[in-house]
Amino acid sequence: MKPAPFEYLAPDSLEEAVSLAAQHGDHAKLLAGGQSLIPAMNFRVVQPAMLIDLNRVTELRYIRQNEGGALAIGSMTTQHELEIDGQVPDRVPLLFEALPHIAHPQIRNRGTLGGSLVHADPAAELPVIALACGARLKARSREGERWIEIGSFFQGMFMTDLAPEEILVEVVFPPMPPGTGWSFMEASRRRGDYAMMGVAVLLRLDGEGVCASARLVYLNAGDGPVDAHEAAASLIGSKPTAAAFEEAADIASQKEIDPFGNIHATVDFQRHLAHVLTRRALEQASGRAQRARAN
Amino acid sequence: MQNELHTVHLTINGKQFERDVEPRTLLSDFLRHEIGLTGTHVGCEHGVCGACTILYDGQPVRSCLMLAVQASGHAISTVEGLSANLKELHPLQQAFWESHGLQCGFCTPGFLMTLVPFLETNPNPSENQIRAAISGNLCRCTGYQNIVKAIQSAAERMQAKVA
Ligand SMILES: Cc1cc2nc3c(=O)[nH]c(=O)nc-3n(C[C@H](O)[C@H](O)[C@H](O)COP(=O)(O)OP(=O)(O)OC[C@H]3O[C@@H](n4cnc5c(N)ncnc54)[C@H](O)[C@@H]3O)c2cc1C
Ligand code: FES
Ligand code: FES
Repeated sequence: MKPAPFEYLAPDSLEEAVSLAAQHGDHAKLLAGGQSLIPAMNFRVVQPAMLIDLNRVTELRYIRQNEGGALAIGSMTTQHELEIDGQVPDRVPLLFEALPHIAHPQIRNRGTLGGSLVHADPAAELPVIALACGARLKARSREGERWIEIGSFFQGMFMTDLAPEEILVEVVFPPMPPGTGWSFMEASRRRGDYAMMGVAVLLRLDGEGVCASARLVYLNAGDGPVDAHEAAASLIGSKPTAAAFEEAADIASQKEIDPFGNIHATVDFQRHLAHVLTRRALEQASGRAQRARAN
Repeated sequence: MQNELHTVHLTINGKQFERDVEPRTLLSDFLRHEIGLTGTHVGCEHGVCGACTILYDGQPVRSCLMLAVQASGHAISTVEGLSANLKELHPLQQAFWESHGLQCGFCTPGFLMTLVPFLETNPNPSENQIRAAISGNLCRCTGYQNIVKAIQSAAERMQAKVA
């Protein structure tokens, strides 16, 4: 038997889960897809005294459109469910593009949106996508509901703003403004591996074809998703040219990201990858923005 | 409290089972040690190799990353459920055999359980789709070429059967 002993509770409503989480707090861990938590327990890196399994809380599994075109997604929705949903490609194309890069099909069948965000692995795709899209997160505890802006959610490696007794219940992706192009690109040694480097880009062009807003967020580039503000700002007000992309790529890859390097890639190689991926992703996003304007 | 047993009721390869388990029993160990279905192999026990892949309510999942208690009320299929006897293999098993899609066979159950639902939803897959589908299964022997060939041949055979 791999994991150390623990007590197991499987509530079948959110109310019940909230009250168990309040009762047991620090002592317990919430179990979502288990695709990060169970490996850690198998290694005994993590030895919770109790697991509160959210898999029977079916009310946390949904994908629906709000008025205004935002997409509200229950935290227990699996990565596979997002992949096959009809609304995601239109509503949040950046998310749709990133999903197949997460691990392997068998893992996406269990892994959840909420679990990946709360796990807050700097190399993971979903935190980067949520940050790039400006998602809002809804947490529940016995005290009630709390909305968290994604910009203050990630608090360093594997750390978030959630208290132990809080449950992430919903993630809301706002609609993409008209004229926005998107791109997600990453480089990994083998398909499905955690990437050595990756970038999510959103780029909006105005009526003149000038860049009106930009967002560049990197994975495996620091102790959480790295939002390259300065590189993005350098693009505002300029035409989407190769020279402008080159400059943004220089700023992001040399100044803003802070990769650690690992056995698969040195820091220099990670910076090199960031540069190449930034240029390519900006090119793809601007092409899509131009087509979006033309339509 | 922590070693308290939980009663689980589940269906495995169409048969009902009831057992008492400790919460920390992994589904993979449960299938092998409690039920005696040792066709589900265990390689890494942290989700990387794919040898332990089973179908959980029809979807391929890592059985080493699930707890047996979670499976109560659910339906599981393992490699033992693919064919009724050694003379009538599943078309995918037959194709693996004929195309040398295995050498030691350690990885094979995981590949098969990943591929059965894949071929149902993608009856005519491209090589690229096949390689994406098996990206989560490691094989130390074959170099994958013959596994890809076996899948292509199984797909053709299964298509011909439907036609
Ligand atoms: C071999 C392998 C390869 C992988 N490759 C990748 C990859 O390339 N990219 C990637 O992004 N991920 C990868 N993963 C991780 C996978 O995507 C996980 O699904 C994800 O990190 C965690 O989601 P989960 O639902 O499985 O959460 P769990 O493992 O169940 O939980 C993770 C953590 O979040 C907490 N938690 C979960 N849900 C909630 C909630 N609603 N409220 C509060 N706390 C909660 C848990 O208590 C736990 O601490 C890989 C995993 C494996 C095994
Ligand atoms: S034993 Fe489960 S993935 Fe390796
Ligand atoms: S046949 Fe030996 S590991 Fe695949």
